[in-house]
Amino acid sequence: MADFDRSVGTVTIIVQAVGYTTKRLAKLNEGDSILNLAGPLGKPTEFGTPKKASVIGGGVGCAIAYPQAKALYNMGVKTEVIAGFRSKDIVILEDEMKRVCDNLYITTDDGTYGEKGFVTDVLKRLAENDTYDLVIAIGPVPMMKFVSLLTKKYGIKTIVSLNPIMIDGTGMCGGCRVTVGGETKFACVDGPDFDGHKVDFDSLIKRNGFYREEETHACRMGDIYNG
Amino acid sequence: MADMSPVKTKMPEQEPQIRNKNFKEVALGYTPEMAVAEAKRCLNCKNKPCVSGCPVNVKIPDFIEKVADGDFEGAYKIINETNSLPAVCGRVCPQEMQCEGKCVRGIKGESVGIGRLERFVADYYRENCERIIPKIEKNGKKVAVIGSGPSGLSCAGDLAKKGYEVTVFEAFHTAGGVLVYGIPEFRLPKSIVKSEIDGLKALGVNIMTDMVIGKVLTVDEIIDMGYDAVFIGSGAGLPMFMGIEGEDSVGVYSANEYLTRINLMKAYIDGYDTPIKHSKAVAVVGGGNVAMDAARSAKRLGAENVYIIYRRSEEEMPARGEEIHHAKQEKIEFKLLCNPTRVISDENSKVVGIECIKMELGESDSSGRRRPVPIEGSEVLINVDTVIMALGTSPNPLIKNTAKDIETNKRGCIIVDENMQTSKDGVYAGGDAVTGAATVILAMGAGKKAAQAINEKLKTKN
Repeated sequence: MADFDRSVGTVTIIVQAVGYTTKRLAKLNEGDSILNLAGPLGKPTEFGTPKKASVIGGGVGCAIAYPQAKALYNMGVKTEVIAGFRSKDIVILEDEMKRVCDNLYITTDDGTYGEKGFVTDVLKRLAENDTYDLVIAIGPVPMMKFVSLLTKKYGIKTIVSLNPIMIDGTGMCGGCRVTVGGETKFACVDGPDFDGHKVDFDSLIKRNGFYREEETHACRMGDIYNG
Repeated sequence: MADMSPVKTKMPEQEPQIRNKNFKEVALGYTPEMAVAEAKRCLNCKNKPCVSGCPVNVKIPDFIEKVADGDFEGAYKIINETNSLPAVCGRVCPQEMQCEGKCVRGIKGESVGIGRLERFVADYYRENCERIIPKIEKNGKKVAVIGSGPSGLSCAGDLAKKGYEVTVFEAFHTAGGVLVYGIPEFRLPKSIVKSEIDGLKALGVNIMTDMVIGKVLTVDEIIDMGYDAVFIGSGAGLPMFMGIEGEDSVGVYSANEYLTRINLMKAYIDGYDTPIKHSKAVAVVGGGNVAMDAARSAKRLGAENVYIIYRRSEEEMPARGEEIHHAKQEKIEFKLLCNPTRVISDENSKVVGIECIKMELGESDSSGRRRPVPIEGSEVLINVDTVIMALGTSPNPLIKNTAKDIETNKRGCIIVDENMQTSKDGVYAGGDAVTGAATVILAMGAGKKAAQAINEKLKTKN
């Protein structure tokens, strides 16, 4: 969920069509409906009182990084956004993000847009030359892992936003359990935000592949379904 | 004169080796002839011990008398006076510990099959009678019920019958709580739950789904919306884990996740969108009804070997005798006095086995059961590709975290007085949210008691 507008009663949801369900969502047209929508769930982010923050979004994770940057910027925090994408054709929210930060850095893995490289390359450069007291990282789990490893070196408080496989989002299924500081936490009710320096990312990466075989199968079925 | 046969009229069931390959109901129910025959075994005793054994005090001998006379619709009306969900109770209540456990016929021989008769009457009514919607005079007062599981539905039903305008807030997209996400189709068909809920809607109960209370609205916000009282029946949904090595491997489920995927998300239907592992060998850890449900579901999804791993002996198992019996008939293997020490996975983090240690029973613990003690060096490896943790659940924290003036105990259970009232005025609670994980009927009893207390409090209020 990237944005909302109370005056008209809408929320903006950005979906990347990668699996069976998201591909079906992507087929919807204006005026279509889905059966259910519930939320907001989870705990709101607690920023504390930072002076200078770096908000890092990876791919579709920018949909969440954007409102975080907006909130910090509106709090008067000096805010920089680093947005990384695989390639130019999937760059999203560039104008929106530009409006809610002091500096926006865009990277692409293949160099087709912005700076060639990873978000961590930019972060490293910035952290070498400046002092940050908060980093927020939202994106693919390996990206959050490497951002956290880097910020640990610089001693910067780091919040990551986790999105493990989840059924209900209300604490019932236990599917979204993650190990944080040696304890089992549920991303849906205890998170989604956690201290990036305490999360067991490797365990999370393997659990996110729980249904890879089934998902591949369903996607093939989805392709048939979608024509 | 009562029929003095010492045994219950048998209820037809699907054959074990057929039913463990499908999700159709195991027990098939009485025919009218069987029901009349069984009803004639009731002595209609004066002091009615059975009624005192029922958490919702169904007038048991009265309805059974109607069954014996062949007046099944009349029998239904008697049950429905005090029980909002008879088709559910007739199937999942532990009658042997309640009404049937107190039946005089049970002293020499088997008790009257009260549960089977209740089920028959409810099914007969649903299939053959036109639903009678009683004329209810509205009293102009509003009550909010949080959660549409057994306690919430029973509270809502009783209050609606007394003229209250009742709104039920359900977090999920479908009403029914554990009745729809937890208890499998083969024990409680979802069409039956739906029909019972439709009955409540016909009484005027308004059910709002996708309302995660504590998130979408807080209890205070509900009160501000003009409700005169609130009942919290949010259940005990948070699954527990063992905290052993390898528990985060691919192939380890909580029973809640496994059963929800199968039931509410319909993975039991071949070709349905919901992904679920079709396992070859499954270890279910735990000894309660939920463990039996998970094991029997895994078998039905095609697993060749399904093990129940339980650290005490069969005697201490919290599951109903009938569930254990059914599981054994369906070739579920019991590994008793056996406790997992770690889950073993391959290089891709997929489960390949579970290591367990043998246990022996030592001194009695605080629960009065003998404490299981590990036998050193007795580790065994069981080859499985899936592990399901069915260790119990604790109350969901969403309401507790957002309503600080509602007191809870150390286990996160809401504290209530003898009238089911919480520490917050006008807010009541019952069911698993108060007791921790228990049974459907105890939750229903709590919902009923709260409804009475709410009515006492509100009936004089203008």
